Amino acid sequence: MSSKVVTLREAVAAHVHDGDILAIEGFTHLISFAAAHEVIRQGRRDLTLARLTPDLVYDQMVAAGCAAKLVFSWLGNPGVGSLHAIRRAIEAGQLEIEEYSHHGMVARYAAGASRLPFFPLRSYDGSDLPAANPLIRRVASPYDGEEIAVVPPLNPDVTIIHAQRADADGNVQAWGIVGVQREAALAARRVIAVVEELVDATVIRDDPDRTLLPGTVVDAVCVEPFGAHPSFAQGHYDRDNAFYRDWDAISHDPARLSAWLDEWVLGLDGRAAYADRLGPDALAALRPEPRPSGSVDYGSYR
Amino acid sequence: MIAATPDELMIAAAAAELAGVRTVFVGIGLPNAAANLARRSVAPDLELIYESGVVGARPTRLPDSIGDPALVSGAAATMGMRDLFGGFLQGGRIEVGMLGAAQIDRWGNLNTTVIGPYDRPSVRLPGSGGACEIALNARRVIVVMNQSSRSFVERVDFVTSPGHRRPDGSGSRPAWAGAGPTAVVTQLGVYHFGADGEMELVGLHPGVDEGTVDAGTGWPMRRAGPVAALEGPSPESLETIRRLVG
Repeated sequence: MSSKVVTLREAVAAHVHDGDILAIEGFTHLISFAAAHEVIRQGRRDLTLARLTPDLVYDQMVAAGCAAKLVFSWLGNPGVGSLHAIRRAIEAGQLEIEEYSHHGMVARYAAGASRLPFFPLRSYDGSDLPAANPLIRRVASPYDGEEIAVVPPLNPDVTIIHAQRADADGNVQAWGIVGVQREAALAARRVIAVVEELVDATVIRDDPDRTLLPGTVVDAVCVEPFGAHPSFAQGHYDRDNAFYRDWDAISHDPARLSAWLDEWVLGLDGRAAYADRLGPDALAALRPEPRPSGSVDYGSYR
Repeated sequence: MIAATPDELMIAAAAAELAGVRTVFVGIGLPNAAANLARRSVAPDLELIYESGVVGARPTRLPDSIGDPALVSGAAATMGMRDLFGGFLQGGRIEVGMLGAAQIDRWGNLNTTVIGPYDRPSVRLPGSGGACEIALNARRVIVVMNQSSRSFVERVDFVTSPGHRRPDGSGSRPAWAGAGPTAVVTQLGVYHFGADGEMELVGLHPGVDEGTVDAGTGWPMRRAGPVAALEGPSPESLETIRRLVG
């Protein structure tokens, strides 16, 4: 099998197109800021951005003019406040929104992954969300007639996930919070996996339970250490909570935000340059102490 | 020791509501501190469950977000959100969900979406996250929020997470749903709900009088009976809270 390893620049150029539905998933954990920045650098436009929590990653992409529409379930900077660039774009009528709850978004990816026409869930009864979003509907169960809420499938043109490691065949392993990464990838037409580390196939095959996505569903593997910063990669580096707090003032001021994008995204040629600019002290401060798990013996059979 | 702050009163009162509970769905901020205090006092078997998919967290530091890596290290389990929202929350395996809100009405309807009309809000709030399905599927809900006549309102601007009745007093919860909000904890006092689903004042924090509660409520607040004078946190609890919150 030929290697799926390409540069992030090549992967974005090949797989992310103007007007695409793009999902960069990862719930707080493993958010591929590296890929988002590459999409910004390549000047993609009119994207529909889907994510449970748009987070700073989509605030930056909206500020850079990449997005026409946002599909989401929780719009904020966790523990800090608003995503100001997104808020400004919504208020200016430049960004369409389609809003769900978390389980609604999870169910949309589940329907998309399974190629189902809709997915039922016990939610929304007595909520105004269905009035705000007519795509949240109700159907009668064919078994007892009871009505239940349903949401439509979400099939991204491309899903980008970040993970701790992969092999050259594209078998991707992640641990810690995995959110909806598997469903979002299985629902997508094309999948890019960005990883901290490229490992030998035997590392993966000695511990197959940890594989989030097998290589058969992954189109490109890109190796970008610190590619999730200021989000985190469990065991590799901590969430940069100070940056999440600092972002509030940066994104509140359009001029400052534009200068930040120039300095940290448009003015750099990739993640290695970004990590260099952060500097070794900042990176070292985010590194956790080790806490390895015991190993599991799968056995060897003949 | 310095007297308890309003936040500390809320944390202590919310923790008391968790007495004997085994599974709680928590967010960050005050609910997280309350759940951690409860686990060290009135609910020693309490398992903290976060919507990020972490079950049985034992955080060694106060998490900055519900997806903090410190929630994962030492937890009983991590799982994808499809399992968490489907098999756990919708499966009826969460006893208590803790929610906050910008607005609440007498029926416990919660608004975390918009102030003003949905299409032209004066304030855009974060939205549901998992709150809508937590409000419906947790076996009961404890609300922790700040109280004023702007947050305790006659009509919420948007029902994100449903309470006991529609805002106009009609309707009821679906048969499959949990019991809904059973307690509301604010900086002024503690509220429960009557059999008809209407909020009732049951306790006042130290130094708070009933007039302050009435002035801080956008509808005539009902009393079920005599209103208790809450004692506030014990010195030991206060010490624990301050260690937790830093």
